[in-house]
Amino acid sequence: MEPAALHPDADHRRYLTEGRFMLQRSRSDGAFVFPPRVAQPGSGATDLEWTPASGLGTVHSTTVVRCKPPAVDYNVALIDLDEGPRLMSRIDGVAPADVRIGMRVRARVTIENDAPLLVFEQLA
Amino acid sequence: MTRGFPRGRTAVVGAATFGVGKSPGFEAIDLAAHASLLALAEAGLRPADVDGLFIAQPQDTLAGLTFSEYLGIRPTITDNNRSGGSAFLLHLEHAALALDAGLCEVALIAYGSNQATASGQLVQTSRPSSYEAPYRPMRPISSYALAAARHMHQYGTTKRQLAEVAVAARRWAQLNPEAVARDELTLDMVVNARMVSDPLGTRDCCLVTDGAAAIVMTRADRAPDHARVPVYLLGAAAAVTHADIAAMPDLTVTGAVQSGARAFAQAGVKPADIDVVQVYDAFTINTLLFLEDLGFCAKGEGGAFVEGGRIAPGGALPVNTSGGGLSYCHPGMFGLFTIVESVRQLRGAAGLRQVPGARLALAHGNGGVLSSQATAILGTSAAL
Repeated sequence: MEPAALHPDADHRRYLTEGRFMLQRSRSDGAFVFPPRVAQPGSGATDLEWTPASGLGTVHSTTVVRCKPPAVDYNVALIDLDEGPRLMSRIDGVAPADVRIGMRVRARVTIENDAPLLVFEQLA
Repeated sequence: MTRGFPRGRTAVVGAATFGVGKSPGFEAIDLAAHASLLALAEAGLRPADVDGLFIAQPQDTLAGLTFSEYLGIRPTITDNNRSGGSAFLLHLEHAALALDAGLCEVALIAYGSNQATASGQLVQTSRPSSYEAPYRPMRPISSYALAAARHMHQYGTTKRQLAEVAVAARRWAQLNPEAVARDELTLDMVVNARMVSDPLGTRDCCLVTDGAAAIVMTRADRAPDHARVPVYLLGAAAAVTHADIAAMPDLTVTGAVQSGARAFAQAGVKPADIDVVQVYDAFTINTLLFLEDLGFCAKGEGGAFVEGGRIAPGGALPVNTSGGGLSYCHPGMFGLFTIVESVRQLRGAAGLRQVPGARLALAHGNGGVLSSQATAILGTSAAL
């Protein structure tokens, strides 16, 4: 298998297309890296390998983007993944204003505008 | 050879603004040129005297070349640094280093934008990250909203405390004839304004205007030949912590902690010594974060600190005396205006909004989404 640091964006997109959410992880110190890149930030270690993400996370912050009708308001959130990295996404299945900091969420790969997209849903 | 920042060894000898508000018929570069000519004229200098050019234009990534050609400058030092709206504070820092090293004699820092008449929108100078764009955050407000929401969650900061920042800025603007937004603004009007990206509403956001600014610097030894009241640069430092908001190490702590501490150390002063503060207030949350991170109050106490008009005219700490990006002007990047207003205050030339006896000023720029922070401390000859 080729190293995860060779084509980080392309590999990530390909995994999402297959419905899989993968994270880069440094073999030497075990830390997870997101967004994908050619080396671990700081150390410069290029020993990154793709690892399945648990998909579990916690809402770190949240906002509602207000829209003029007929467009509808939507949520934008920052999620702290259980593996460590923080990313931007949105919480589906909950009214945008009801998303709360600290809410436990799980990742899901959906299709939007003909492209795979990582979104989150509240954990039951 | 000296080491470290050349404290007090360079000075601002010209500072000007031009076309603040709406300037139909001008290109962005015309506005920057007008401001530059005014600043040079103050110092008794012409464009051909400039040999250090520092510029960042909204949509011209090669503005160092364009502006040299336009004004007829043959710079030995050209700095087209782009760190967002903080760029001009970095220009200030780098101009001081170049002047002190004898690499240039006259430094010009310039900026101009016609965004309000050209498009009516905030000019975007960068492309969104592919890891953020699909979620359609409003750029840049949603990133600041996420930081504000986190500050509220951790410290109990309220919408009304954020509103204090907007109302204070407006009350200063009412004393500044050049300010764009001078009509009545109350805490209730800010709190009840239409929400844009929760918790930030329309009144938590900076203006969209045209405008230009420029400053001219020389070494301190020749500054008295060019200015009646030279304004000396005592410290200037910058920090970068991230690009996208998701990568900000702590949404409630900015790189102003580092840039501020270094600038204060260079200047040999502390927050309590500062007479007047100008911070880049793209959104109301910025002012709270920077007052905390620069050491004017403790982390998390920014909301309580600004209550009761503390940073408004008549308050204990004069902040954003021009009216700031919230009420004076916001031509896309506000950084240079924080320096110009500091100079005006230290010259004693700030009219109705003059802070009596101001001798030390702090100017702070912000770039990206709280990503780049840059702090400068300026003073009169009494502060040397």
